[in-house]
Amino acid sequence: MSLGAAEAAITVAEDHGGGVWREAFKRLSRNPAAIIGAVLIALFLFVAIFADWLAPYTALAPDLKQIKGPGHIPGPTAEHWLGLDDQGRDLLSRIILGARQSLLVGVVSLLFGMIGGIILGLLAGGLGGWFDTGVMRLVDMMLAVPGLLFAIGIAAMLGEGLLAVMIAIGVVNVPVFARLLRGQMLAQREADYAMAAKSLGVKRRRVILGHVFPNSLTPVIVQGTLTLATAIIEAAGLAFLGLSGADPSIPEWGRMLAESQRHLAIAPQLVIAPGLAIVLAALGFTLLGESLREALDPKYRR
Amino acid sequence: MTDDVLMSVRGLKVHFPIRKGVLVDRVVGHVRAVDGVDLDIRRGQTYGLVGESGCGKSTLGRAMLRLVEPTDGTITFDGTDVRALKTEPMRLLRKRLQMVFQDPLASLDPRQSVESVLTEPLRTHGFPGKPADRVRELLDVVGLPANAAGRYPHEFSGGQRQRIGIARAIALNPDLIIADEPVSALDVSIQAQIVNLLEDLQEQLGLTYVVVAHDLAVVRHVSDTIGVMYLGSIVEESPSDDLYAEPLHPYTIALMSAIPIPDPVVEERRERILLTGDLPSPANIPPGCRFHTRCPFRQTTRCADEVPSLREIRPGRKVACHWSEEIVSGRIQAAASSHDPTATEVGAPV
Ligand SMILES: Nc1ncnc2c1ncn2[C@@H]1O[C@H](COP(=O)(O)OP(=O)(O)O)[C@@H](O)[C@H]1O
Ligand code: SF4
Ligand SMILES: [Mg+2]
Repeated sequence: MSLGAAEAAITVAEDHGGGVWREAFKRLSRNPAAIIGAVLIALFLFVAIFADWLAPYTALAPDLKQIKGPGHIPGPTAEHWLGLDDQGRDLLSRIILGARQSLLVGVVSLLFGMIGGIILGLLAGGLGGWFDTGVMRLVDMMLAVPGLLFAIGIAAMLGEGLLAVMIAIGVVNVPVFARLLRGQMLAQREADYAMAAKSLGVKRRRVILGHVFPNSLTPVIVQGTLTLATAIIEAAGLAFLGLSGADPSIPEWGRMLAESQRHLAIAPQLVIAPGLAIVLAALGFTLLGESLREALDPKYRR
Repeated sequence: MTDDVLMSVRGLKVHFPIRKGVLVDRVVGHVRAVDGVDLDIRRGQTYGLVGESGCGKSTLGRAMLRLVEPTDGTITFDGTDVRALKTEPMRLLRKRLQMVFQDPLASLDPRQSVESVLTEPLRTHGFPGKPADRVRELLDVVGLPANAAGRYPHEFSGGQRQRIGIARAIALNPDLIIADEPVSALDVSIQAQIVNLLEDLQEQLGLTYVVVAHDLAVVRHVSDTIGVMYLGSIVEESPSDDLYAEPLHPYTIALMSAIPIPDPVVEERRERILLTGDLPSPANIPPGCRFHTRCPFRQTTRCADEVPSLREIRPGRKVACHWSEEIVSGRIQAAASSHDPTATEVGAPV
């Protein structure tokens, strides 16, 4: 085909593959917010994963010789960088070990929420009809209840245990993911490439599962990053309210916050340290999630 | 003469319901995107479909392939009543009916490599031989290098993407290709290459085309027959050369008068026919002749209350206008509307 060869011969590539995500990463690496977010997340993950090695003391054993008397809470010293808590335990170690607990609850509950939401959203967006209508009504109802309140209700219903807390937080996030995926799939079903697949004679189920669904996942992944932030906060919130579920010997930022608030006046570090830990971890995921959303948004592309 | 007709369309309508309401959807009206179209597409020929943006060209093209379900009418393809087909036979028939899209990038799944794009039709319907060989062959035919197979749509230029779309469309050796504005999203410098490619393929593969365009210049030299569409309906149909030599319908006359003529002397004397008023919404099509709200030749009788049928006033020339003969003979003149502040020129690419 001589006529078109000229244009085609002008080398095919502008860059070397990788696609949308590669481009997004390029843009992310130039965005300071994304970098701060990534650093915070990396720090959080590092601390959470290597908590046992990083923690200078065990979380349980009180350093009793430091306690001068009842009600005495020693502040920062060379041995205890953040000081001790009201029971003589090293605060820094408890923050470090608490990171692992936060990550565990955050990730597991996020997975529950994402898997549930993706299944519902995929069925609603793929099947349509009365099933879609039914699912969306349910989703609207669930979204009408404030998240934390909803989680408290479910956690209270499911009873004690860490799993109950993770399921509660997961369930709260199901409608968020379901609605997002379903809306994205409805939009993508109208895309030309879906019509092109149909015009080739590709079966409907394959059009939905092979083309529409994978192209609808990007915002779900972005939302997942953002939801990890709220899941960490919700886990802390539940723990603060006494619904931590975890073994009381395992440090938990939310419970640490709850237990130390009565000492706010004499030992504010006991409140500030876990509070700041929660905020920084959540901030990391929010910054990265928002940057990712922006980087993947076609409006900002090209 | 009927068996050289590959696809025949009668009374085709596509009405999109306009819904309103919070709890219960109520249909409050219809967008009559395609509103009673008759067409005969002849084997090995090219039917050019032109009309302003929004007049229903894409919807008509999609409805002909049942990519949008028609509201009414019949579609006969090579003796088969297409609208009567159930899901599976329809799906199998699709290998003979293909489409090339207006926006080549949007028509390609961003996650599919070119190889995957081109093997999908082969996998769907089965094809003799090794898929990889067929992919190489297709790339060669559309003028893309063999190493394009491993790349993704975003790595290509617009023209190259359209070549991929064309390669996909011819992968199964179809009979009919509907090309919906195949070059309007491309740089002007590349448009001719793609048009030439389509023409070459038609010759090599014996394809039948429907080529959609919003501007007469694109379809002019590729089309054997041209249909001019206005608000969901064909207002004039004619052999391409005749249409250019002498447009008959007032809307076509206005469209043609808007095309600049390369010869400066002739261009100087070119009489422009301007249309008054806005293009009506397809949700609210004027009664009688659908063009009467803007027609510079409008008469006080018939135009506003009687629907003109598409009738053959000369061999091969069909016009949907009550007054064609009088307009052609000059007995009815266009109202001078150049001073009307609402007058607009039609046909300019949007
Ligand atoms: N899926 C749809 N739902 C509702 N209205 C539609 C739909 N598709 C097209 N339309 C309307 O039908 C009319 C014709 O559209 P289209 O066929 O795309 O025109 P063209 O291709 O000539 O520009 C337009 O008014 C458009 O808004
Ligand atoms: S029927 Fe009347 S309004 Fe319609 S095109 Fe002819 S002259 Fe114009
Ligand atoms: Mg169109």
